[in-house]
Amino acid sequence: MPYKKLYALAGLGLLMPFSAFAQEADAVASISGADTAWLLISTALVLLMTPALAFFYGGLVRSKNALNTMMMSFVALGVSGTLWAIAGYSLAFGSGNAWFGDLSMAFLSGVGLDPNGTIPDMLFMGFQGTFAIITAALISGAVVERMKFIPYVIFIGLWGLIVYAPVCHWVWGGGWLGELGALDFAGGAVVHVNAGIAAVVAARVLGPRKDYGREALLPHNVPFVLLGAGVLWFGWFGFNGGSALAADGIAALALVNTLLAPAAGVFVWTLLDQFTTGKVTAVGIATGIVVGLVAITPAAGFVSPGGAIILGAIAVIPSYFIIKWRTRTSLDDSLDVFAAHGMGGIMGALLTGMLATTAFGGDVQGLFFSGDFGQLGIQALSVAAVAVYSGGLTYVILKVIGLVVGLRAESFDEGLGMDLVAHGEEAYATGEGAVLLHETEAPARVNGIKNGNK
Amino acid sequence: MKLVKAIIRPSKLSDVLRALYAADITGLTVSKVRGHGGEVEVVGTYRGTTAKMELKDKIMIDIGVSDDFVDVAVDAICSAAATGNVGDGKIFVFPAERVIRVRTREEDVAAVTPVR
Repeated sequence: MPYKKLYALAGLGLLMPFSAFAQEADAVASISGADTAWLLISTALVLLMTPALAFFYGGLVRSKNALNTMMMSFVALGVSGTLWAIAGYSLAFGSGNAWFGDLSMAFLSGVGLDPNGTIPDMLFMGFQGTFAIITAALISGAVVERMKFIPYVIFIGLWGLIVYAPVCHWVWGGGWLGELGALDFAGGAVVHVNAGIAAVVAARVLGPRKDYGREALLPHNVPFVLLGAGVLWFGWFGFNGGSALAADGIAALALVNTLLAPAAGVFVWTLLDQFTTGKVTAVGIATGIVVGLVAITPAAGFVSPGGAIILGAIAVIPSYFIIKWRTRTSLDDSLDVFAAHGMGGIMGALLTGMLATTAFGGDVQGLFFSGDFGQLGIQALSVAAVAVYSGGLTYVILKVIGLVVGLRAESFDEGLGMDLVAHGEEAYATGEGAVLLHETEAPARVNGIKNGNK
Repeated sequence: MKLVKAIIRPSKLSDVLRALYAADITGLTVSKVRGHGGEVEVVGTYRGTTAKMELKDKIMIDIGVSDDFVDVAVDAICSAAATGNVGDGKIFVFPAERVIRVRTREEDVAAVTPVR
């Protein structure tokens, strides 16, 4: 029995719970190889979305901030991933009460290889961890080109525990929204409304970039943006398809819907671009893909493929016009996280309440099929509850960090670019005129600019 | 006729262009250059390699102007490009022997007078 050997080895690890031995017999009986294989792949796919987001965001900023922007996503892989194992998973999926989980599974205590559904419990934890990582990284798009790096790292760490984990508990961890019957297949409210509202609040608390509204702040690498959008779509098949938590028909439905809704979204975005500006833009198509993906996320396993096309086509329209309007306001949500994720998530959650169908084995008929507003009301409540909680707590966390360590880079440093200031690296260094420093002559502070004379 | 050659910080280019346009100076050439003006070096670390970046990105602006416009251009650039820190840049003024507008073969003052 290979399991025996595996348990014996794993049991040596400090975090390995001894309870796993007791339930060994059950574990072997009810874990499905097919389901486990699909979730192993899905976990890797969702993890890839965070580097993809780094390219999507990194291409949209000016070249002097390219690394800093990409680092804001990459650092989430480390910080949010580790904190998820330490406490986030337990706060989200511990039994607790209707509002919060508990710390019973802190440090992965009791999270072993026994079945959770038909997959190993540990795999479920890992799969969910990749969601926590990308949700935190999504917010960075609202604060790029001006937020100091270490305060950002502290922010996403606290945000993952204080905001993401409880909201995740409400919907998926046995909390009140899940009990109420809110439909959120893969995280329309938990991930996208949550990050989108946090982004608006963060953009407001930080204030606009110093050149915002005075200069055209243009994307420095549109091919990066397209690359990021393409790889996000690829990873999203794991995000939505994996959320079936099985290799079954619902996973197939979710995957097909994840193909069709963004396709319809891009189609509509193309038409909107052509008819309002006279040209179809590459950044527009990349944005349309992301909004379409966001919108289908809560609905992926609940609507028919036809419903997904309708959903994708309708859901992108508000986002398109919000982006056009937002750039003329003082709200410097720099990379339009609210328009793409907040609004896309809201439209997706509401349209789920209208287009959900029992045709593929689901329990709920949406408004269009039942004429009953009940589900739509629950969906609206879930959006409102997440928005209020996320917005309020994000504000408090940022204000506290601002008081203790400050949030914004100095104006001069902002002009120089965050890559050199925060990381001492350049995205496109030519190497000309670089002088090798040996250890003996290296200055005390090697990162960025020395104090005093700039 | 003079050639005004200014070296400035990249982050100040938009401000300088705005100031020049406001002073009615609209014909110019901008280049990306690298140089060193005595400011404190930036130190970068790439894995184990620590390097001092001697050369910084700068912007060079070349403007052909009539003698009357030299001080106007210098004033506009200085007021827009200054941050008060070492590394703000330099302006060099050269005599220009002839200026010819390619399209019309107009010379000198006529060649640098903006087309209305």
